[in-house]
This record gives sequence, C-alpha cells and structure tokens, in this order.
Amino acid sequence: MTQTRINKKAVSEKYSELYKEKRSLLDEGSSPLLNRMRDVSMKRFEQVGVPGFKNEDYKYTNLERVFGKEYRHVLAYETVDVDLNEVFQCDVPQLDTYTVLLINGWYYARNLQLEGLPEGVVAGSLKQISNEQPELLENYLNRQAALSNDPLVALNTAFAKDGFFLYVPEGVKLEKPIQVINLTRGQEATFSTQRNLIITGAKTEAKVIFCDHTLSSIDCLGNNVTEVFVGDGAVVDVYTIQNQNNKSNSVNSSFFKVGEKSNLLSGVACLHGGLIRNNLVVSLDGEHSEAGVFGMSFTDKRQHVDNFTNILHNKANCLSNQLYKNVLDEDSVGAFTGRIHVARDAQKTNAFQRNNNVLLTDTAKMNTKPQLIIDADDVKCSHGATVGQIDLDALFYMRARGINENDARMMLMNAFAHEVVQEIRVEALRDRIDELVEKRLKGELAKCHSCDIN
Amino acid sequence: MLTIKNLRASVEGKEILKGINLEIKPGEIHAIMGPNGAGKSTLGNVLSGREGYEIEEGEVTFLGEDLLDLSPEDRARKGLFLSFQYPVEIPGVPMVNFLKTSVNEHRKFKGLEPLTAGEFLKLMREKKDMLHLDSQLTNRSVNEGFSGGEKKKNEIFQMAMLEPKLAILDETDSGLDIDALRVVAEGVNALKSPEHSTIVITHYQRLLDYIVPDFVHVLYNGQIVKSAGKELALELEEKGYDWIKKELV
Repeated sequence: MTQTRINKKAVSEKYSELYKEKRSLLDEGSSPLLNRMRDVSMKRFEQVGVPGFKNEDYKYTNLERVFGKEYRHVLAYETVDVDLNEVFQCDVPQLDTYTVLLINGWYYARNLQLEGLPEGVVAGSLKQISNEQPELLENYLNRQAALSNDPLVALNTAFAKDGFFLYVPEGVKLEKPIQVINLTRGQEATFSTQRNLIITGAKTEAKVIFCDHTLSSIDCLGNNVTEVFVGDGAVVDVYTIQNQNNKSNSVNSSFFKVGEKSNLLSGVACLHGGLIRNNLVVSLDGEHSEAGVFGMSFTDKRQHVDNFTNILHNKANCLSNQLYKNVLDEDSVGAFTGRIHVARDAQKTNAFQRNNNVLLTDTAKMNTKPQLIIDADDVKCSHGATVGQIDLDALFYMRARGINENDARMMLMNAFAHEVVQEIRVEALRDRIDELVEKRLKGELAKCHSCDIN
Repeated sequence: MLTIKNLRASVEGKEILKGINLEIKPGEIHAIMGPNGAGKSTLGNVLSGREGYEIEEGEVTFLGEDLLDLSPEDRARKGLFLSFQYPVEIPGVPMVNFLKTSVNEHRKFKGLEPLTAGEFLKLMREKKDMLHLDSQLTNRSVNEGFSGGEKKKNEIFQMAMLEPKLAILDETDSGLDIDALRVVAEGVNALKSPEHSTIVITHYQRLLDYIVPDFVHVLYNGQIVKSAGKELALELEEKGYDWIKKELV
C-alpha cells in the first residue's frame, strides 16, 4: 500500500513540477480569462492529485498508469509540416458540415474559412477569441468546470490554452452541423490539454460533432474539458465519435448547463481507443427542459472505456433519459456509473436511465453502477442495468433461417447498438455511425487490426 | 426425403426420444400428434439442429445426406424449415433485412445470384398477397411486439418465401384463431407439390381439417406408437390420448 501511495504522489508531483517550470509559457499568448484561473485550479488539483482506485468516482479506472508515463506536453502552438486539410479527409460525403480541425488540442492555423455561417455566429480558436472578444466568454468560461470536484478538470483549467469555441447568438439556427475534428499527431508520446466552450443563446439550434482521431501511432493522453451552455428554448446536439488508436488514452469531461424549455442531446460513440474515460455532467437549470444522454462502446483487446454521468435535476418539470450500451470482447473492460440527482423541490421530474451490456467472452468485464439521489417526492425515476451474453435463442432462430452464425451475431450486435444509433438526429451521421459500427464489429475499421469478434 | 432410424436423444441426461423411426417421401404430409411431454417439439428441435440436445443413437438422412452432421444454417439452406413453436423476438433487426439475408443465403447455397432490392420486394409482395397478410408485418423488427397469431403467420410467411423441401410446423396451430389458422393452412397447401413435404406437429386435430395429412403418427413417451391414415386424427379427437395409453398397456 505504501508503495502505491508513493507512486501516486510521484505521478501528481510530476504535474506540479511541470506547472512550475512552464508557468510563464502557460500565460504567454493566453487571455487573462484563462490565466487568472490557473493558480487556484492547480491548487485544487494538488489537493487530490491524479485519482487512484481509492477515489470513489474513479474506482473502476486506474488513471495512474496513463498519467504516470512520460509525455511531451504541447503548451504552445506547433506549426504542422503538412496540410491537415489534405491529410485528413472526412470520408462522409453525405455529411455536409462546417468543418474545423484541431491538432493536439490546438486550433489548426490553416483551417479553411467557414463559409456561410449565419451572422453573429463566432466559431474558432478559444485562444484567439478569448483574446480578441473576451466579452463573449467572460460570463461562461469555467463557470461550470469550476464547480466540479474532479482534480482532472482542475488540471485542465490550469494548463488549458486553446480548444474549440462556438458562440451562437439568440434566435440563430445553424442549418448545418459543425464538425470539430480532433487530431493527434506526433513523433513521441504526447499529452494534450484541450478546452472547448460552446455557448448557444436563447431559441437557437445548433449541432456539433466532435470526431477524435489519431494520425500517428504514438502513446498519447488527452485531458479535455468541454463546457456547453444551452440557452432557454434552444435545441442543441453534441455528438462525440471516438475512433483513435488503442495507444491513445483520454479523459473527457463535458458539462452541459441547460436553460428552460430547452432540448439537449448528447451522444458518445466509442469505436476505438485505449483507455477512455468520459465524464458528463448535465445541469437542468430551467423548467420544462429535456436531456437525452446516449452512449455506446465497442471494445476488445485490453481496451478500457468508462462512462460516468451525473444528471442534476435542479428545477422541476424536466425530463432526462440516459441510455448507454456496450459490447465487450476479449479482455476489454467497461464501466458505467450513472448518477441522477433530483434536487429538493424539483417536482414532476422524469429521470430514466438504462445501461445494457453484452459480454462476448469470459474475460471481458463490465462494472455498472446506478446512483439515484432523490430529494423531491413527486418524481418518476427509473434505472436498469443488464450484463449478458448474446441472445442464443435469437441466434438459433436466425441460423435456422440459413443465416450463418457470424452474420447472425453481427446482425444481433448491430441491432443491440442500433437502439442508441437511432437517437442521432443528423440523418447522414446516423447512417454513417451504423456503417462504422458494422465495420467495427467486423474488424474492418482502419487503425485497428485483428479485432476479430469471434 | 427424410429417413429417421432409431433416433434417441436426451436433454440434460434425460432421455426424451427413445428410438424414433420415420420415413417421409417427397410430396407427403405427415402429422405427428401426441400428448404433452411426448417429445414432439424435441423431435423438431433435434432435426433443425438446436443446441442442448444429446444424440445418443440413431441416424437421420435428409436428401441423401447425414442431417445430424450439418450446422443449423446448412440444414436450412438444404431445404429444412422449422416453424417455431415460440418464434423469437429480435428487437432492432428489421424483418426486411432478416428475410433478405435469409433468402440470399439460400440462393448463394444453390449457386444463384442474390436478389436485388427490387426483386426481393416483388417476391415479398407476391407472397404476402398469396397469404393475404397485412403489409405492416414486414415493416417491423423480427417478431417484436407481434401477437401470438402474428408470430405464427410470420413463420408461414417466411416458409412461403424460402420454399423449403421439408417444412416442420411445430405446434403452429396452438393459440390461433380461425383467421390465422387459415393463413397457416394456405401457406402449407400452396407449397404442396410432389417435391415438397411437410411434418405437422400438433396437439389437436383442428389444423388437420385444413391441412389433410397422408399419415398420422402418435408420439408417446418418446416413441411412435401408432401410425395410420388421416382417420386416426379423428379417432384421437374423439377418444383422446388415453385410448392410446390404454392400448399400450
């Protein structure tokens, strides 16, 4: 035990030392809005350090291993020696989006101009916009993240310099989704700290798709934070597609503050990646709002995916619906912790949660834990979790109709995932994800080899 | 077409089939009747290749091949069809995809090109018209939320699509109203030809008013204890199975 404690301390101290050493570099070129939060955030990180198994919230995910490795930290923008617009071509031709690229957490300098954005919409680099138009951010930046007790969120705030920023002014409807492509590329192990901020005004409509990719086969770790503010009467979708190589690890903490009469949809699809931890907090802060929170993962080898959600029903008359599904193969490990907190007097709350998992081998492992905290008396809450194998009766039924066993398994797994996929409100993306899921299950997705599902 | 010789099978160590002998020739319709627990469904399951059954002894030849050696999918592709007593609900798998995959697997096995989407839809429409089926049936997930009658009609519809050489209807009539019963009968009768055979496993004589069998067998305690023409079914209906039991003692 002593040994672990020493290691844990050493892991966290590395980040403290790095912070001290790079203190001036962190401030350099950054907006005072970012810089003024650094010291206090670093202190908050140091109080807890990198969470280990003893941290209840990180019980199922050992981060010390990935945080303990040596990384090159990308603390200033690095010129890219190739044109990423050409290197990375999104292969979804039907998906008509405004597309931006980020590289190792930084807004790519040679992003193409976004043509045809409605008037008043600001989309681009957090670093640049926080310097040039700080008034857009000052009431929002870190307003959600600062409330978090998660030391890694504080670590992000201490080191954050850039990321994606979006502002949609009141009443504006974005016809096309905005696609943010997060790329990781480098020669050596890389640590990135990305900070995203999305602000949508009242009665807006916006859809944002984050796609995480790796361009190099290197060890990498991302500690990312995204804050989303959903205005009153707004309809906002945020999708995340994680398709990195299995050497990439990431902790992604997303915060959604939802106003009244709004509708939020959050969806996460995890296709590939080494260790992935997704933290998600939704605060329903106005009445008559709805939040749909969906996720799915397909894991094999020694992949590890942990989804941790926290839905805060702070006001009455809101609805939240969570559905997470995981298909686990080989030695992979999954975890789902879903917390629902209905605040005092948040009456007429409807909060639903479901987590279904399929284990394809005896060695795959799933941990699932619902947590309901209900401080109101007129609410409807439900939760359900299943961990099972593929339905053998259905498998036989299909085989008895001449469908070979592999195809039948594939169809069943696709069907299992489809319940989540169908929630996607962008048709082209929905079709694309269906296709990706199928490819993933067949082991045909790029950057992955020998992920045979048999 | 199908020859069963001294078939003995058990489930979890308990012997259910205790030496079945049965010969089915092309074009024949056989009814297998018997009280609950006689082994009727086990026979259907063993023939279609469901796991969990131990074959202790005996042999089954289907179209000249050792049936028990084939995987369930190959048995189906060779022309064996089991209409399930309890059709399985498969949420999320659309009926159309399921059936198209199934039909094309059968075609592939026969060395035929897969049907195009258009050809497939046409075939599906024909078969639906033939059975006077509600077109909603194919717009849903396989059997999901179907009523008991709809599930059985769906089995017959699949049979009509696949045109098996040998169809085994496992208690397809149980729990059916007159309308659904008519669909089942129409399906079986439409398939009737010198090349196609049917085994109707049933508890009651009712279905046999619509599907006239050439032979009726009584399965009791894992063995076929009596075989005769269609008049046997009527006799069973009148006297019940106790009559057979008494006769055996």
